[in-house]
This record gives sequence, structure tokens and C-alpha cells, in this order.
Amino acid sequence: MEERYNRHIILPEIGIKGQEKLLAARVLLIGAGGLGCPIAQYLAAAGVGTIGIVDFDIVEKSNLQRQVLFGESALGKNKAIMARERLKDLNPGITIHAYPERLTPKNALDYFKEYDIIVDGTDNFFTRYLINDAAVLTNKPLIYGAIYKFEGQVAVFNYKGGPTYRCLFPKEPQEGTIPNCTAMGVLGVLPGIIGTMQANEVLKMILGIGEPLSGKILFYDALKHQTQVMKLNKNQEEIDKIYAQREEFTDREEVNSYCQTTTTTVVAIKDVLTWEDTQFIDVRNQEETPKINEIKVDQIPLDQLLLHKNQLANSKKKVIFCQSGVRSKKAVALLEEQGITNCWSIKEGAHQIKEILAESVMAIDKL
Amino acid sequence: MNLKIKYFGMLTEVTGCTEEQFPLIEGNIADVLQLLMNKYPLLKEKEFQVAQDQVIVDIKKPISQGEIALLPPFSGG
Repeated sequence: MEERYNRHIILPEIGIKGQEKLLAARVLLIGAGGLGCPIAQYLAAAGVGTIGIVDFDIVEKSNLQRQVLFGESALGKNKAIMARERLKDLNPGITIHAYPERLTPKNALDYFKEYDIIVDGTDNFFTRYLINDAAVLTNKPLIYGAIYKFEGQVAVFNYKGGPTYRCLFPKEPQEGTIPNCTAMGVLGVLPGIIGTMQANEVLKMILGIGEPLSGKILFYDALKHQTQVMKLNKNQEEIDKIYAQREEFTDREEVNSYCQTTTTTVVAIKDVLTWEDTQFIDVRNQEETPKINEIKVDQIPLDQLLLHKNQLANSKKKVIFCQSGVRSKKAVALLEEQGITNCWSIKEGAHQIKEILAESVMAIDKL
Repeated sequence: MNLKIKYFGMLTEVTGCTEEQFPLIEGNIADVLQLLMNKYPLLKEKEFQVAQDQVIVDIKKPISQGEIALLPPFSGG
């Protein structure tokens, strides 16, 4: 321990005692994306003894511009698991739990109870409010960070009875009113800066040094390199509302949010084949195989979908597929965010779709 | 006498600037917001909180000389 953490230990503000505090700490990180990668990386390197990482999502090529824990070899694999792989090599002396699933009202409280500090590295409002409320109900401090294009926000919520995210923004904004990185783009280094600030707040809190960013929210503008700290007061009424809904918390509806499409827009290829007026859209990248040539297909890779949304036929049922059914779901959510309706995601991946199409073509030939 | 108004995040796309000077009026912050919404009608559809002199305040608070910042929520990560 002395060699690995030497540069901590020789700081009088940390010392061996401080390093022992870090090694004994348990931190739960929700989201291993743009914010989550630098957060996890610095916490693991600093020797935070137990780190939990919750993320259901898979690594995509367009993530690599900012999600620095991943390389090409992680493409298509789960982010929480791939983050753990990288972090195990970075620091084998700590424990990392990967939870390759979505944080939901059903599992949030159980996860939070196992940890001392919660870190929000998510990309949608539904999960952010869920995290805030679960942190209040389990009495855990929450390190919040969020980004928009070239700007970021950082705050410490629910710290020793301090203000919460709902004291700042009481109501969850309506879905689709505020776009996220996928829809808007983001400067790659921005989540690096904001995530590193979040990691700094975690380390300060564990070590008990400096002043936590509690009762305040920091705004950062990467273009002007300006930071502004706004003071935030507690709104007890909003906090009481969270407690009042405690009993129903786990029954809270898992509302449709970004990357979380309702099952009604997911369809089986067999059903789609009976539809009329359909436009098939393949959101995979050019190089991905097998190619679907049994039917007419427009190819628009997911990360270019919004650029080419004029290619979508308004009047037709837009039926979207990809390699596994994950990106196509995202595509539907993305289009719905833009107010484009009548979009469907095929639940099967390209391999299966091709098999089913080949069978139905044979069936037609026999007729 | 002027009031400095600052805009953050997606609000700058509505106003086309990150800050501007605004004539100081009598009244409360909600009155200033009403004038800003007249100037930028799209602002009405946006969610934001208001800070006066770096403190997040209720919009019923009276206007004082200084700075008002409009702070939208961000969801990206």
C-alpha cells in the first residue's frame, strides 16, 4: 500500500490514516459513460476500497470519443463489466462490483444501502430523480454531475441534511424538452472535466478535508473556462414529499426515458412482414454484416440518424433494426424525442432477421 | 441603472447570447422574467431556476441591483 499510494500518504492532509479511510470506503457509481469513466478511473486509482458500477448499456463506437475506459475491444460489450475489467488492471487491490443492469425503483434502495456515497453519472432525468430520491430515502450523500454541449454542473446533494436535487429543480422536466449528448453532441473532454470534479468531491468527502460543494451548485463553461458557484437553499417541503412517497417508492412507474423504450414499440419481424406501408431502416454501421438484401432497406447508422431524418418517410411505419435490438430501440427513443412518431424497433438482431426473411421468401416461392 | 442577465446551457440558444444588460425596473424577479419572455418568446417553453447575485431565489423576490442568472437543468452524462 505504501508504494502505490505514496503520493497520497506523504500529503500531511491525507497520510496513512486518510489512505485507510479511502480503502475502507464504499462508493456506488450509476452510469459508466462520459462522466462515469473518469469518476471510476480516479476513484479506483486513489484506492477507494469498494466501487460498485451500475450500467445496463453497451459500448458503442461513438462512445469512444469521451468514454476513456473503453477501447475498440470493448465494442458491443456491457459498460459496467468492461469498466471493471479495465479498473482491475489499474488497481487489483480494490473490489469492484459490476451490475450490468438498469437502476430502477425496484432495485435502487437495495443497492444504495450497500454503499456510503452515491455518484450520479447518468444521462437522463428519470434516473437522476430516481437517484436523488433513493439517496434521500437511504440517507446517503449524492455527488451530482451533468453536462450539456460545452457546459457542466456539479453539486453535492443530501450531505448532512443539506439541499437535494429537488431543492434545485423540484419537478422532473418533461421527457424530450432537454436533449442529451446523443441528440446534441458534446465536447469529448467536458465529461472528463466534470467527472473529475465529481471524483474530487468524493475523495474530499471520504477524507474529511476541504469543503464539500454542498448547498451550492457549480456551473462550468468550457468555452470561456469560467466557473460560477450559485448558493442553493434547502426546500424542506420538496424533501418531505420524497419521504411521503416512501411506501410507494418501489412501485413507482418505470417511466419511459431516453434509452428506455416502452415495449409497445418493439415488434417481432414476423409481425412486421404482415404490415403495409413500411420503411425498413438499418441503423448499423456500413461494415456490419450480415447485410439484409431480401427486402428494401435504407441504411442510416444510429449516430447519423438525426442528420438524415429527412430520409424517413412521414406517412410510413418506420421499422428499425440493428445487430441485436439495442441500437434500434435507442433509435426509436431518439426519433420520438424529436417528435417523429410511428417508429418501431425489431426485437430480433440482423442474423435472426435474415434467417426469418429467408424462410418467408422460400414459403412465398412454394406458393 | 442596468441589471446584468446571464444565460446558461440551452437558454443561450434561445437568447443568442450568454449575458446582456437589461434596464433596472421596479418590481420582483417575475416581472423581469415577463419582460425577458416578451423579448424571447421561446423562453416560455424552457425550464430554469433563477439566481440573484449567485443565490438561487424565489422569483417573487424583489429586484435588486446586480445580476440575475437563468439556470436550466442539464441531463447529459
